[in-house]
Amino acid sequence: MKYEDFKDNESLEALAQELRANGTNVFVGCLDNFINWARSNSMWPLTFATSCCGIEFMAIGAARYDFARFGFEVTRNSPRQADFIMVAGTIVHKMAPVLKRLYDQMAEPKYVVAVGGCATSGGPFKNSYHVVQGVDKIIPVDVYIPGCPPRPEALLYGMMQLQRKVKVEKFFGGRNKKEKKNQETE
Amino acid sequence: MELIEAIRNIAPGATIEEGAIPMVTVAAPQYREVAWKLRNNPELSFDYLICMTGMDWGDSLGVVNLLQSTAHEHKIYLKTFTTNREEPELHTVSDLWETANLNEREVYDFLGIHFINHPDMRRLFLRSDWVGHPLRKDYNADPALNPIRLENDELPDTTPSYEESPDGEIHETRHVIFDGDEYVVNLGPQHPATHGVLHFRVSLDGEIVKKVDVNCGYIHRGIEKMCESLTYPQTLAYTDRLDYLGAHQNRHALCMCIEEALGIEVPERVKYIRTIMDELQRLSSHLLFWSCLCMDMGALTAFLYGFRDREKVLDILETTTGGRLIQNYNVIGGVMDDIHPDSVKKIKELIKYLPPMLKEYNTLYTGNIIAQQRLKHIGILKREDAITYGVTGPTGRASGWSCDVRKHTPYGVYDKVDFKEILYTEGDSFARYLQRLDEIMESLHILEQLVDNIPAGDYAVKTKPIIKLPEGHYFKSVEASRGEFGVYIESRGDKYPYRMKFRSPCLPLVSVVDLLARGGKIADLIAIGGTLDYVVPDVDR
Repeated sequence: MKYEDFKDNESLEALAQELRANGTNVFVGCLDNFINWARSNSMWPLTFATSCCGIEFMAIGAARYDFARFGFEVTRNSPRQADFIMVAGTIVHKMAPVLKRLYDQMAEPKYVVAVGGCATSGGPFKNSYHVVQGVDKIIPVDVYIPGCPPRPEALLYGMMQLQRKVKVEKFFGGRNKKEKKNQETE
Repeated sequence: MELIEAIRNIAPGATIEEGAIPMVTVAAPQYREVAWKLRNNPELSFDYLICMTGMDWGDSLGVVNLLQSTAHEHKIYLKTFTTNREEPELHTVSDLWETANLNEREVYDFLGIHFINHPDMRRLFLRSDWVGHPLRKDYNADPALNPIRLENDELPDTTPSYEESPDGEIHETRHVIFDGDEYVVNLGPQHPATHGVLHFRVSLDGEIVKKVDVNCGYIHRGIEKMCESLTYPQTLAYTDRLDYLGAHQNRHALCMCIEEALGIEVPERVKYIRTIMDELQRLSSHLLFWSCLCMDMGALTAFLYGFRDREKVLDILETTTGGRLIQNYNVIGGVMDDIHPDSVKKIKELIKYLPPMLKEYNTLYTGNIIAQQRLKHIGILKREDAITYGVTGPTGRASGWSCDVRKHTPYGVYDKVDFKEILYTEGDSFARYLQRLDEIMESLHILEQLVDNIPAGDYAVKTKPIIKLPEGHYFKSVEASRGEFGVYIESRGDKYPYRMKFRSPCLPLVSVVDLLARGGKIADLIAIGGTLDYVVPDVDR
C-alpha cells in the first residue's frame, strides 16, 4: 500500500469492505479469534428460572455435571453483568414484560437460550390462556433446547452450541457495526 | 350421624347430602352465619379450611369449601352459590380462616365473584387489565382480547374492597397497602432468593420489615382451566409440573382420586411401589431444600454437597422411570411399568449412604454459629396461626401441628409401616430446618421397611380405554413434600372433568410470609422464605 493512500478514506473504506467480505483479515481476524476464544469460554449466565427447568439448571451447576468445565460457572444475579439468559421454564403473560425488561437491561453482546418445551413453543401448556407460546414471540432466541425438562447433558450441549455460535462471530466486523447502524436509524 | 345432627341444629335451612364427606349447601344470605357457627361451635370447631374451590355451575356461581376440624378430625363440604352472573357477590369468610384471604382473591380472579367485606379484592394471578374471568364456562378465550402485553402492569398502593354498611348497602371503598411516605423495596419477580418468580413488595423502616405484599401470578399457567378440556389420563401430566419437587406425590393424589371415583382397587404391589417412590421424591426434595437454604444463607459449598447426594436419589428414580425430575410414572390403576430389578439394591445402598452424609451436613452447617443466629427465633409461626393459614407439611409440623396426611388418613401402605410423625414446637426457622433433616431420616426408615417386602403381582390393573367418572364430587389428598396436596374433582359423567381443582400446599406458605417477616430484619426474609420452601409454580398453578 502506498503511503499517500492513508489519506484517502475511500480506498481505506474499500479495503475494509473487501476484508470484511472475505473474512480473511489477518490482523483483526486474529484479534477476533482471540476475543471469541476468550468470550466463548467465559459465558456468564443470568440466574433466571421460572419453573421445572430451573432445577436442572441448578443441577448442571452442581458437582456431577459441573458447567464450570466450560466456563459457565459464574452465574450473575444482575442482568447487567450477564452474557446470556437461560430462559428456563414457562413464560406467562404476566412475566412477559419482566423478561423483556431483563433482556433489555443486559449489555451487548447478549444471547438467549430457550430451555425446554415451554420456552420453545409453550410446550405442554400451549393451549393455556395465560402462556406465551415460545419466548421468541418476545425476544430473539439463539439456541433452543428441547425437553420437558431437558436432561443436564442436553443443557450442556445447548450451551456448547451457543459457544460455537460465539466463536464464528466477528467482533470487530459485522455484529457491533450492524447494531450501531440500527441504533442510528432508530 | 352426630355430625350431621349437629350441623342441622346450627343450620336449619341447609340441605345436607350425605356421603363419605357430607356436603352442606346453604343459601348465600346464610353462608357467613353458618360458616361462623361451624368455625366457633365447640362440638364442630372446623378450624382448618383445606381447600376453597370456586365453581361455575352454568346457572349459578359459587364456592365449595372443604373444612376440617383438627380436634375432632371430621370433614365437611360447605357449599354456597349465587345466581346473579352479572354482579355475583358472596360474603367473605377470610376473617374466620386466614387462608381464605388469598383463596377468595383467587376465586375473584377466576370467576369474578366479589367477596363482601374482604379487605383486598385485587386479582391474585392475572394482570389487572386482564379481560374476563377464565374459569367461567362462558369465558371468551380469544387471544385478541388478551394479547401479550409488554408494558408494565402498574401495581396500585390501594386495594378495592366491597363493604357492607349496617343497613345492608354495599359500597366500594379502597384500603391503603402502602401510603406515600413508606419506603417500599421490590424483591422479585426476578430474584434468586425468592426461589422462582415471586414478587414481594416490602415496606421498610431502616432495616426492619413493616409489611410484605405478595404478588403472585408470574408463573400462572392456567392448569385448572386446561384440565377441563382434557381426558382424565391426559390431566395426569400436569400434576407433575405443579410442584416438580413432589411430582410423584402430586400424581399419586390425582390417580387415587380417579381410582376412588371409579371404584378401582389397585394391587398391593402398586401401593408398595407408589409409597417407595413417594418417599424417594421426598428425599430428593428435602435434600434440595437443604442445599438451597444453605446457598441462600451464603454457604455455597453446602449446595454442592446437597446436590451430590440428591443425584444418588435421582439415579434410582431414573433407572425405573426414565425421568430425573418429572417422572410421569403413576397412571390410573397402577404405575407405568414395573420397577427396575436394580432398584432394590440401589435403594439399600442409599439407605446406608445417606445417614453419614447427614452427619456431615450437621457438622458443616447445623452447628455453625452464623447459621444458628440467622435461623433461631426467626420467623416464629404459632400453631394456631399455622392452622388458620392452612400451613401444612413440614412447616406446619415444625409449629407443633400434627397434620401429616400419612398418619391421619393413611393411603398407599403407610398404615403398614412404622414411622414417627416428627413434631417440633418452636415454630421458628431453625425448627423448620431441623424438621426436614429429621424427615429425611424418617423417610429412610420407611424405605428400609418396604424395600424387602414388595409383594409379587401386577404393576397395574387394566382400565377402560375411555375413562368416565360417575357424576359427583371427589377429593383425595396426599402428604406431598411441602404439605397436603389435594385434588378436588367435580364430574358430570363425561370423559372430561367439569372442574378440577388442586389444593396447593405452597399457596398458604406464601400467605404467611407477611406474618412471619413483620418486625424482623430484611435479611431474615430470605431465611424465612428459604425455610418455608415454597415452589412458585405450585402457588400459581
